[in-house]
Amino acid sequence: MRKIIELKNISKAFDGETVLDNISLDIYDNEFLTLLGPSGCGKTTTLRIIAGFEQPDEGSVLFLGEDIASLPPHKRNVNTVFQRYALFPHLNVYENVAFPLRVKKEDDAEIHQKVSEMLKLVALAGFEKRSVTSLSGGQQQRVAIARALVGRPKVLLLDEPLAALDLKLRKDMQQELKNIQKATGITFVFVTHDQEEALSMSDTVVVMSEGKIQQIGTPIDIYNEPKNAFVADFIGESNIVNGIMLEDRKVRFSGHVFDCVDAGFGKNEAVDVVVRPEDVDIVPEEKGMLKGEVSSVTFLGVYYEIIVDIAGFKWMIQTTDFVDVGEKIGLYIEPDAIHIMHKSQYSGMFGDYSSFSNEFDELSDAEVEVEE
Amino acid sequence: MTKKKDGLTLVRRLALAPYSAWALLFIVVPLFFVAYYAFTDNSFHFTFSNITRFFTATSEVSGNGGVTKEVHTYLVIFFRSLKLAVISTIICLAAGYPMAYLLSRASDRTQKILITLIMIPMWMNFLIRTYAWMTILQDTGILNSLLRSIGLGPVHVIGTETAVVIGMVYDYFPYMILPIYSVMAKMDLKLLEAARDLGCNSFQVLRRVIFPLSLPGVISGITMVLIPSISTFYISQKLGNGKFYLIGDAIEGQYVANNLHFAAAIAFILMVILLVCMAFMQRFANSKASVQ
Repeated sequence: MRKIIELKNISKAFDGETVLDNISLDIYDNEFLTLLGPSGCGKTTTLRIIAGFEQPDEGSVLFLGEDIASLPPHKRNVNTVFQRYALFPHLNVYENVAFPLRVKKEDDAEIHQKVSEMLKLVALAGFEKRSVTSLSGGQQQRVAIARALVGRPKVLLLDEPLAALDLKLRKDMQQELKNIQKATGITFVFVTHDQEEALSMSDTVVVMSEGKIQQIGTPIDIYNEPKNAFVADFIGESNIVNGIMLEDRKVRFSGHVFDCVDAGFGKNEAVDVVVRPEDVDIVPEEKGMLKGEVSSVTFLGVYYEIIVDIAGFKWMIQTTDFVDVGEKIGLYIEPDAIHIMHKSQYSGMFGDYSSFSNEFDELSDAEVEVEE
Repeated sequence: MTKKKDGLTLVRRLALAPYSAWALLFIVVPLFFVAYYAFTDNSFHFTFSNITRFFTATSEVSGNGGVTKEVHTYLVIFFRSLKLAVISTIICLAAGYPMAYLLSRASDRTQKILITLIMIPMWMNFLIRTYAWMTILQDTGILNSLLRSIGLGPVHVIGTETAVVIGMVYDYFPYMILPIYSVMAKMDLKLLEAARDLGCNSFQVLRRVIFPLSLPGVISGITMVLIPSISTFYISQKLGNGKFYLIGDAIEGQYVANNLHFAAAIAFILMVILLVCMAFMQRFANSKASVQ
């Protein structure tokens, strides 16, 4: 696969505050790449550097091998779908989509053909004469996508394009964006803080935090083999406990020695151990590897989410078996359900559910970067 | 529209009552009287004679070389007013538009300071400002002393059309810049980024996005400068030394001479002409805004 964009050792600070700290990233032809991270992690700045709206303080941006650091946005073969669409209110749907072609002074017949094709692609045929302000959020979103794609850019940048849509519409648009990406073969660079969105759409996920790339990988890699406690916690739910790697494929945590599948750590190295809530089996207390008391049960439709107190550490377990609050249960964990990570600066910050509340989690998830 | 009115609650109607009464008393009734006087004679019988007088009245003026010729008095006055007002409006627009643009892109602090500076002259009395310009532009005034000190010959400005235009531009400039500035300050900067992203260089961003989006401000700026400058009378009397009789002077003259019916007729005709112009401009703006 061909590299389209290479970011090399990019750093950027605003008013002395570091936003990007020595970032390097390769973006390949025809891939759907997602920059994922919480507010202020630098993902939007990365996107703006690729688009040309910001200049990196250090490092270089290569486009098909050529340095484009000094190229202004209008000369880059890259288009952006903005968070709040940024449609031109003085132009109707047709003219919004035709805008980049008019700038290039293409002839009317050609414009008509391309715009019609694009409107068909985003399922807005028949909306040509409508004013963009009369459209729903989802429709405006489609116009923005059509406008960004009509000039056939090599790369399409999408800055939290679905953040303003309601849940149902967002799910539909995720699928649709994926289909559009496949149909056009254009590389998509997608920015989001929503890990579910990132996992379901991307070929490659880039997890960012505090201006640094934490991990690059496929959604499955990122979920199953998180590199550190930050990634493990940000992507899905994780129980993260302190452990000691006794030898290859043997780890001790919570007072029990477990078989696992990881190897290559130092003898008796202190590690972070990740166990996903859905990978824990509930067994009668006497048969459990770990024993604990259920401290809360939440019914979530498909499964129950229970919090179990194991020697003071609160574990989250997702199960379809009903257990009651106060019940004593045993936990059974398969070797391949245990993932071992080296200690990092994020160790001990995440993965304990003692202060967990669903409501709080959603509140922090809903945080949208308006301006960065 | 009627449906909306029906939907108004009693409370809302009551809340609107003072404004409605005010509008009726000070806008509708006076307009009615202007029209009534324009179409009646001194004994309040219906007549078109005031209107026709505006278009047909003639007078003799001495032209170059002592030749006298007959001209349509009020038409000449009207077109002179129109010419000076249009020139002033164009100057205000040409200077105000780039200034409003730069202003809207400046830092918040700079914007506040500059806006205050633009507004300060508006706090001073209109007559005093005009008198100040008389002092500046006189043959022995500040302008000429300045020019003399740098070795340039005196210029004769006072009593020329140039002086009248300077006065109009100075007085009405804030009314041009403020509406344009307020539209530009509210403009979504993301739109400008989007335009650049879609291939526009700086000039194209201006032509394809900023200008069409600022049109409402431009239209109201033009309206707010053109209308008062076409009907002004004081500036021309003071800075034009009374040599350039404008339509406002004509109305004032007739009014002072107690020719109320003819004064009303001139005012009425001026109003109709301005309304037609405004309607035309609004139409132009709308068509420009919806179709590229």
